[in-house]
Amino acid sequence: MREKELRLVVTFHTTADAMAMEKACRTMGVPGRLIPVPRSISAGCGLAWCAPLTAEEDIRAVMEAHRIAAEGLHECMVRV
Amino acid sequence: MIYLDNAATTIHKPEEVKAAVMAAFDTLGNAGRGASAPSLDASRVIYETREKLARLFHTGDPRRIVFTANSTESLNIALKGLFSEGEHVITTVLEHNSVLRPLYECRERGVELTILGCDGKGNISYAEMESAVRGNTKAVVCTHASNLTGNMTGLERVGAIAKKHGLLLVVDASQTAGVCPIDVERMQIDVLCFTGHKSLLGPQGTGGMYVREGVRIRPLLSGGSGIDTYNEAHPEEMPTALEAGTLNGHGIAGLGAALSWIEKTGMDRIRQRELSLMRRFYEGVSCIPGVMVYGDFETDERTPIVSLNILDYDSSEVSDELSMVYGIITRPGAHCAPLMHRSLGTVEQGAVRFSFSYYNTEEEVDLAINAVRVLAYG
Repeated sequence: MREKELRLVVTFHTTADAMAMEKACRTMGVPGRLIPVPRSISAGCGLAWCAPLTAEEDIRAVMEAHRIAAEGLHECMVRV
Repeated sequence: MIYLDNAATTIHKPEEVKAAVMAAFDTLGNAGRGASAPSLDASRVIYETREKLARLFHTGDPRRIVFTANSTESLNIALKGLFSEGEHVITTVLEHNSVLRPLYECRERGVELTILGCDGKGNISYAEMESAVRGNTKAVVCTHASNLTGNMTGLERVGAIAKKHGLLLVVDASQTAGVCPIDVERMQIDVLCFTGHKSLLGPQGTGGMYVREGVRIRPLLSGGSGIDTYNEAHPEEMPTALEAGTLNGHGIAGLGAALSWIEKTGMDRIRQRELSLMRRFYEGVSCIPGVMVYGDFETDERTPIVSLNILDYDSSEVSDELSMVYGIITRPGAHCAPLMHRSLGTVEQGAVRFSFSYYNTEEEVDLAINAVRVLAYG
């Protein structure tokens, strides 16, 4: 398995929110990718946006600019 | 990409399906809305697809086949339209949320619910099912096959229990329609709910239900029907009673082509091919130390699914690793089957589901086995 690194993981209320996040981040050049929600955060499935910790400020700006509500922002170990 | 998530949807469709959908865009009007050539073309395509589904499910009357958008819609129509306060319904832990959530809503409206458990391999007990029957029991609602373990329910046995006690049998055939034999007469099924985009190899947005003659379902929707316009009430005649609004003619044209392909290819041949791939994968992974496989593999009466975990790894991580490093597409997590996961003790870890199609190859299976082996050996 690939090594784990500490990442910022953003969870959402709906898949539509996750897709909006991907599109907004791509548009604004903010790094990251969609991953299955790590089960350490939730067993309820769904998609999460996984990004370097250094991108937090940009990610918050993207969510505010595009009015995307996160369910939560987490720091957790993710294989990258 | 090696696509092994066919229990979610089949990506690889017969070429005839794509051609039929594209042709439909150029030709089909709105079915049942006038007698123009395009409208009649749509009506004919849809009726022919009803006939093919009636043949597939061994019912003589195509007018008992209703089109919907998917299994979830069919199940909502059936479950919310059949049961009333004070009635009792029996179901199982094998069910998908498309069965459970509508039933929970029914329970909030006063319907009593018994949910049968399963053994360690994920099989239900038919004796327990019969013991659960009460004086006010109206129906048994069950899946034909678990979308997590691939275990199948013996519908002939369930049908016999239902018939013996005068109950309705409502079946979720999401995982089996198109690949496993379904005979609504022999199995004594009253309502069969299916989706078009999995083993039926049709487009997403197609699905439907069979409703036995004499079974009355309160419609979820009313509206345009193309007939009896001045009646304030939606027509009660089937299939129109459960088909308010314009049907997905383009999608149904594709589904019709898929059914022709299945008839031509042979459902038994398709199933044997899929089971052979599943068996090859199972034999390859089940002996790897650290790999835990769920379900009953002592029988071939199952669907081509192998769900597993590797050591104590998060199933989401494993699935992501398979995708990112090996290009193998699987489905992690809970699979919308909360009670099945609870029964297997996999709520926290989830499971990684591999599901096979007629179009997968032995080489793809072997690459997947090798990937699991590498992950298990760390």
